Amino acid sequence: MGAYFSEIFLGLKSLAIGLGITFKEFFKPVVTVPYPYKTLKMSDRYRGHIELIENEDGKPKCVACGMCQRACPSGCISLASKSVEYEVEVKGEMKTKKKKVLTKYDLNFTTCSLCGQCVESCGFGAITFSKDYNLASFRKEDFHFDLLNRLKERNA
Amino acid sequence: MSGPIHIRKDETFTLNVGPQHPATHGVLRVKMEMDGEYIVKAETVLGYIHRMHELMGENRTYPQVLPNLSRLDYLGAMGYTHGHVLAIERAAGIEVPERAEYIRAIMVELNRISSHLFWFGAFVMDLGGFTPLMYAIQDREHILDLMEAVTGSRLTYCYFRFGGLYNDVDDDFINATRAVIPMLRKSLKKYDALVTGNIIFRKRLEDIGPISAEMCRKYGATGPVARGAGLDFDVRKNEPYSVYPEFDFDIPVYHECDSLARYKVRMDEMEQSLRIIEQGLDKLPDGPIMPKKKPKLIKPPVGDYYQAVETARGSFGIRIVSDGTKNAYRFKLRSPTYSNMSLFDEACEGMMIMDALAMMGSLDLVIPEIDR
Repeated sequence: MGAYFSEIFLGLKSLAIGLGITFKEFFKPVVTVPYPYKTLKMSDRYRGHIELIENEDGKPKCVACGMCQRACPSGCISLASKSVEYEVEVKGEMKTKKKKVLTKYDLNFTTCSLCGQCVESCGFGAITFSKDYNLASFRKEDFHFDLLNRLKERNA
Repeated sequence: MSGPIHIRKDETFTLNVGPQHPATHGVLRVKMEMDGEYIVKAETVLGYIHRMHELMGENRTYPQVLPNLSRLDYLGAMGYTHGHVLAIERAAGIEVPERAEYIRAIMVELNRISSHLFWFGAFVMDLGGFTPLMYAIQDREHILDLMEAVTGSRLTYCYFRFGGLYNDVDDDFINATRAVIPMLRKSLKKYDALVTGNIIFRKRLEDIGPISAEMCRKYGATGPVARGAGLDFDVRKNEPYSVYPEFDFDIPVYHECDSLARYKVRMDEMEQSLRIIEQGLDKLPDGPIMPKKKPKLIKPPVGDYYQAVETARGSFGIRIVSDGTKNAYRFKLRSPTYSNMSLFDEACEGMMIMDALAMMGSLDLVIPEIDR
């Protein structure tokens, strides 16, 4: 009989302790952010989708070596290049040399797993992570990014 | 406890729990043959989100598999990548700088706490209490913020590399982590008062959902499930790897074998993880985070390699058979939840369905990791 009543008493006491904790929590400051109206700043190392980096002339730093394409586990990077002849002065003489120029850099973000191996493999520091996380759409075509175009738009 | 009242003994019905059910925490289906509210027989049906991670591990080069490992278990991803990099480092003979090893241990333990915190919230929610989930998520958020600042992602980290780390930790991280530890200790005390003492909670778990040590041995259950059954086994102590021998920590073991024992093991483990993190931050040496000499192309010599690590859910093993090329010949993952899950069928026979679901919650299932 005594055990029966002591269990009721201890049970009620445990519930009261719990209610006390939730009651205290009631007066603590709000920790959430009303998302669409207020957003948080992403940390510096946040890994979003990749973005091309430009050089001083506003052209992409990329030399189209294709290392990122090979490093990607999901095969979501595809790039194309053409070779362009250009003249350069070597010891007072004008010589024509060939170099690769990037013509297309597509990222298929639907299969990207944001591992960051493309950025690591790049020996020229030509790609970086964007801080863009507000990505939502009904169409998958919206996630086929033309990074070269994005770079142009950014510079414009 | 009284059994079911039989009107007709042959009258049972089949109940499908899942594949979409909040109590299964993912796409797991349990076919239950019910006699009223009592389970006569249960059969778990797996494979709804099978993604062939093992085959992917054989088709891709070694570094390309790195992001896959964190997709096994989205709550405690760090532990799984740790096992993978340790296995490859052992196979390819890559030396890891000491600083990298310490940071790895700190990160894995932080991840263990965040995983256990989420499990705690979800488990109490399974039993009908919603509020602790909110508190747990709030505390977990601090840990995720810490880890995001270093790794760049919040859940599916791809932070460990063969031989080292993706990037170094800074003083901000160390100071912030030091600040978070006392806060978490305070929270753990709060959870203890709010949940562990709660009479309704205890009545639902005490002496319910027995999983004996024999059953754990039979099915190969590890982690908190085995430790809740009195088996003192933790890979960090029994087969030490990385820098774990340097740390002073205890393995919580409970002998009650019920759902409450497994709950207590996890709550105590969080405290032990905090101790490891504290020691790791104190001992953190200076130096590089990547080795000076590292092969450009990872091609482990022909052989069979195995590495086990203790993740938040139990012992995770990875076996790599190399044929000397840049792809693995065999890439076998031994996931802890798969073994922990398989004992559910036997353990839940004759239980009431609500008790069985409480027991399922105490197993801490993460379905993507079962299905891989």
